[in-house]
Amino acid sequence: MNPKRHAVRTGLQRGWTEFMLSIKSPQDQGFYVFIALVTMLYLFVNRDSKVEGTDLFLPAVALPSILGAMVAFGLVIGPAYTLAMEREDGTLLRLRAAPHGLIGYVSGQVLNASLGLIPSFAVLLIPSAFLFGEVMHRGAAGWIRVVWLVVLGLLATMPIGIMIGSLVPGVQKVGTWGMLPVFVLLGISGIFYPIQDLWTWVQWVAQAFPMYWLGLGMRSAFLPDAAAAVELGGSWRTLETVLVLGAWATFGLLITPVVLRRMARRQSGSQVAAARDEAAQWVR
Amino acid sequence: MAETETVIRVEGLRMRYGSNDVLDDVGFTVRRGEVVTLLGPNGAGKSTTIEILEGFRMRSAGDVSVLGVDPIDAPEDWRARVGIVLQSWRDHARWSPRGMLTHLGRYYEPYSVPDRLRPYDVEQLLSLVGLEEQADQKIRTLSGGERRRLDAAVGIVGRPELLFLDEPTAGFDPEARRDFHGLVRRLVDLEDTTILLTTHDLDEAERLADRILILAGGRIVADGSVDELASSVSREAEVRWRRDGDSHAERTTDPTGFVRDLFTRFGDGVTDLDIRRTTLEDTYLAMVHRHESGAAGEGDETAFEEVDR
Repeated sequence: MNPKRHAVRTGLQRGWTEFMLSIKSPQDQGFYVFIALVTMLYLFVNRDSKVEGTDLFLPAVALPSILGAMVAFGLVIGPAYTLAMEREDGTLLRLRAAPHGLIGYVSGQVLNASLGLIPSFAVLLIPSAFLFGEVMHRGAAGWIRVVWLVVLGLLATMPIGIMIGSLVPGVQKVGTWGMLPVFVLLGISGIFYPIQDLWTWVQWVAQAFPMYWLGLGMRSAFLPDAAAAVELGGSWRTLETVLVLGAWATFGLLITPVVLRRMARRQSGSQVAAARDEAAQWVR
Repeated sequence: MAETETVIRVEGLRMRYGSNDVLDDVGFTVRRGEVVTLLGPNGAGKSTTIEILEGFRMRSAGDVSVLGVDPIDAPEDWRARVGIVLQSWRDHARWSPRGMLTHLGRYYEPYSVPDRLRPYDVEQLLSLVGLEEQADQKIRTLSGGERRRLDAAVGIVGRPELLFLDEPTAGFDPEARRDFHGLVRRLVDLEDTTILLTTHDLDEAERLADRILILAGGRIVADGSVDELASSVSREAEVRWRRDGDSHAERTTDPTGFVRDLFTRFGDGVTDLDIRRTTLEDTYLAMVHRHESGAAGEGDETAFEEVDR
């Protein structure tokens, strides 16, 4: 029995358990209902507005973009919060005390965050199909494209989330170092507002991060080719999408293990105890 | 004593934060099957010492060997031989005790050997710590004492050769504490587990420990069994009795002889006899006080040196 491979398997079981516990919890169910309601409301209010330069209505274009945003948001902020929290509450330390527990912990996190995309996508796609008719304009080929884009998106964004969660000094700081930059990047990534209307340098910043390319990729998977006319360069730029997301994935896979190990090495019981005391004061 | 029988060896251990020495030349050894208690006032460096031995903290200087390995760069299979009882807070809140123990136990499966089957059977473990009834409850609904018993179960799920307990019974009610002490004793007897624990509860230390280390001001100021420590502080015991309705008290270094003499002289006239030897509390307070007032004479320390070997 190879201990490392065994730890990965054990960690995947952990991820599955965590995912099942999550979808059974009223708190997480409430979160899914909330994002579904807000998104459907936004799309429904704008159901009759035409997207300039195409013969598509706003929901058709906005929904794929929002799915792209869900990947970026869910996989950066989700793991960042979980990791920052589980550093403080002692979960990570417990796993560290077990042989190869850190490998198990990370495997579990990766599976749990990935599986979390299934309900996120479902609560957006299913009501959309009822409200706005067919959302997929490319049939089976489009769905295949969605799958590989999501996998690539996972690899590109989750390491960022894990790094934020490892580096922030505490849970409360995930807002400043995680939420804020991610919201800004999503804001300039052409998901809620056409990127062409922004200053050129802002467009360049947006194109350096995975958020823009996830939105673009999702649109390229769902929308007909004619819709590419309104994108930057008038093309879906599939090769560039793969290259940018691939570069982020490579960067993440190389750097994240180093950051994680460094962070884990500094975990100790008294640090967890200090966090507990601080939280107790914070609540009182 | 054979070299392999030494489980923990610490020499010249120093821990410095800025210009402040939290640990200053700490040295001790723990042998296989021993239960050693680390006592000391808050801030004396007990938790720091334990965390260094657990491999969770870097040290400034000194040699440390735990199960033959330096914990700071110990390989993962070393983790399989060491158990740590952490104080839980709100981790795994949605999990059940059975689910959590099963999961954490699984990491130890590759390290199972014929004379130490790993992990511990979860059902057996649940009954050992008395959590059968709560086995499928959410951990967040457990009481403080139940949670600590779960912590203990997590610490031993890998059937460790060496177990670290950092203030294991803080917040226990007396019954839970007594049960926990029984559990620790059983571990030592059944599993041949070596245990290093810290506590503020002197009664607990007296009940569990084969040997006591007192850490004060970053140094080990005493090392020996309860009796050895007591007799080094004071060899006197206090004898109290009543005779003809009057209370009497006398301090003596030879209580047995004194009482024999008492009965010879007064026979049935002696009632309510009570012999109080120096308690661990008396010893501990005397030691710490002596250290704090800076009066720790050389002679006192040599008294324990024989014990150390």
